[in-house]
Amino acid sequence: MIKRFIQNAGWPRIIIALFLLALFIAAPFVGVRVDTSLSNTLVRFGMNGVMVLAMIPMVQAGCGLNFGLPLGIIAGLLGATLSIEWNVEILSWLVGMAGKYNISWLTQEFADTWREPIGLASAIIIAVPIAAILGWFYGKLLNRVKGDEMMIATYVGFSSVSFMCIAWLLLPYKHPTMVWGYAGRGLRTTISVEGYWLHVLNDSLAVNLGDYSSMPEWINHLYIPTGMLIFFAVMAVIVWIFMRTKTGTAMTAVGSNPEFARASGVNVDKMRTISVVLSTVLGAVGIIVYEQSFGFIQLYMGPFYMALPAVASILLGGASVNKASILNVIVGTFLFQGILTMTPSVINSYLQTDMSEVIRLIVSNGMILYALTRKVRG
Amino acid sequence: MMRKLFDIIAGNAVPAVFILISAFAIPLSGYSATYLVQELLTRIGRNSFLILSLLIPIMAGMGLNFGMVLGAMAGQIGLLFIYDWGVVGLPGMILACLIGTPIAIVLGFFCGAVLNRAKGREMVTSYILGFFINGVYQMFVLYLMGWVIPITNPTLLLSRGYGVRNAVSLVGIRGVLDNLIPTIIAGTDSAKQFININGAGTFIAVHVPYLNGAIRIPLGTLIVIGLFCLFIVWFRKTKLGQDMRAIGQNQAVADSAGIAVNRTRIIAIVISTVLACYGQIIYLQNMGTLNTYNSHDQAGMFSIAALLIGGASVSRASIANVFVGVILFHLMFIVAPMAGKNLVGEAQIGEYFRVFVSYGIIAIALVLHAWKRNREREAARRSLRGNKGGE
Repeated sequence: MIKRFIQNAGWPRIIIALFLLALFIAAPFVGVRVDTSLSNTLVRFGMNGVMVLAMIPMVQAGCGLNFGLPLGIIAGLLGATLSIEWNVEILSWLVGMAGKYNISWLTQEFADTWREPIGLASAIIIAVPIAAILGWFYGKLLNRVKGDEMMIATYVGFSSVSFMCIAWLLLPYKHPTMVWGYAGRGLRTTISVEGYWLHVLNDSLAVNLGDYSSMPEWINHLYIPTGMLIFFAVMAVIVWIFMRTKTGTAMTAVGSNPEFARASGVNVDKMRTISVVLSTVLGAVGIIVYEQSFGFIQLYMGPFYMALPAVASILLGGASVNKASILNVIVGTFLFQGILTMTPSVINSYLQTDMSEVIRLIVSNGMILYALTRKVRG
Repeated sequence: MMRKLFDIIAGNAVPAVFILISAFAIPLSGYSATYLVQELLTRIGRNSFLILSLLIPIMAGMGLNFGMVLGAMAGQIGLLFIYDWGVVGLPGMILACLIGTPIAIVLGFFCGAVLNRAKGREMVTSYILGFFINGVYQMFVLYLMGWVIPITNPTLLLSRGYGVRNAVSLVGIRGVLDNLIPTIIAGTDSAKQFININGAGTFIAVHVPYLNGAIRIPLGTLIVIGLFCLFIVWFRKTKLGQDMRAIGQNQAVADSAGIAVNRTRIIAIVISTVLACYGQIIYLQNMGTLNTYNSHDQAGMFSIAALLIGGASVSRASIANVFVGVILFHLMFIVAPMAGKNLVGEAQIGEYFRVFVSYGIIAIALVLHAWKRNREREAARRSLRGNKGGE
């Protein structure tokens, strides 16, 4: 029974999980609050969850790990920056449309109160079609290079990020909070979303145990970003349902055995393209969720290495190069973000040095390496 | 005939595009010819060895060895030790190589063993392996040095007492190989001027009439690189080299011909890693500063980009590709920021442009290679079926 559990979960996962558990147990002894750590882990889980979710379609369709996630992230960044650039216009357009079609509840007052959620929604709505278009081309490309997807995905990600570096400088953004003050053009490297849609998801329905006086002292710093977790859950359910539709099943078939899938009349290339589009769109939504929690839009080289943590997370959760599930995403993201939260606080208080960066490098890349060197069928 | 011509153009499309870009960018940058030649010579000396280290794994069919950063790290560890022990000049450089070699062999062996478990995915695996070993390297340099491994020279360490600082000046070995045989090419007037400043008799001066200014030649480094090229030419003809080429052609056939495939692949990576270690030491003796935590990262990317720009592909690379690549890539590197500044008034754009080109070119090369391979595979299958129509 235990043997089977170990076999199912795999040694690396168990070691990492035990390590994380040990960190949580050790935390109180070095003066780190468990409830604060848990809250941070939850927040980071919500922040990164959707981007890890973005791995599923491509892995299932046999396109490998999506090292090209930065492409989706770029679409998300475009959505995020445009939502701020056109913030006022979007609101007045909405109110105008409401007047035209006699939607009585959508008044100027309503738009003003719900300015921030509308901003976030507009960011997502702008980002999704961009991501879909980019993803479509990206999918077409990956169809031509079967067998080498991962390496090419990596460099597609890198070159699109560096291409956008030029674009961020040249695109005619005008909004004063976003462009460099002295030049009046060219976007800044980091843009604050405060006043636009900072913590819109985090703070909606959030539970703060400190608000209840009856809570015992040891747990009253616990904060649950309910809205963000619900958002993640909704996205996860959408992906889950999609993978069970006819298209989703066909996609999985393509990933498991392309020859068989083709013999059964599935259009292999089409399924792969759909998976890449879906993955890119999820990446775009994921980065917006990330930014509303993080508080800043990071442009230029910011998205450069963002694929690696997401890839490492899903592998840590038990996915392989050609099989991934929602459970892998949840377990993996929790473990990975848990380690990232706990190592700086606990190990630093213990050793008085910051080893978190090194541990992150070794754990995440070790995990990817482990997955790549495992024997897979086919 | 037309087809052949098309093949030649298609086969050299990448270098051709770069020549075109350079043809536009050089006049825009406004640099003088003397300056460009000087810069190019310096960079050929600085980078060629690193790029040459990529050739052997390509020969063995293992693709671009992104794991060359492992060798670069080994070289950097050697350099840190000689800095600590205060060994300077050419002996210091040789000592650094001697320290780096066993580390590079161990890392190369590890890399080769890992890659044997990931056949068909060598590139992405070696790429991730680079990151992984980078973590181990950082652990070693940032925590163990000065704590477990004794470091006597406090200027090497961070103020907290252990861990190596971010930038280490390699003034002790700076340019020792480049200036081993000091040589300049100069116009008659400039040569006089140069000798007046630097003292007569210390330089081998080659006079070229009408040349404006003086160009230093890193002759020592160039000789080492030349010897290394000869080594590669010779190596290809040895039994081991032939085995590697056989494996590069077809692993299964090589295996049934009695070649120890896995062992030979490991040897190819070990050689590449050791050479990358020397290459990084040569690179850094020219730079004169070691960025403890970044130098090796850039080594991998720039070397691979340069090789591909030289017209190499994932499965085929020659010595000529190395030199064409180094010249074209670095020509763009030198002129892009200035051209960007003169064109749109911002040097930053040129800066980003050259980063974009480095990554883009690798992406395009990988895509072309995979595309071609898949098409050939498809064609082979079709001919097997005897059905020209296809699906």
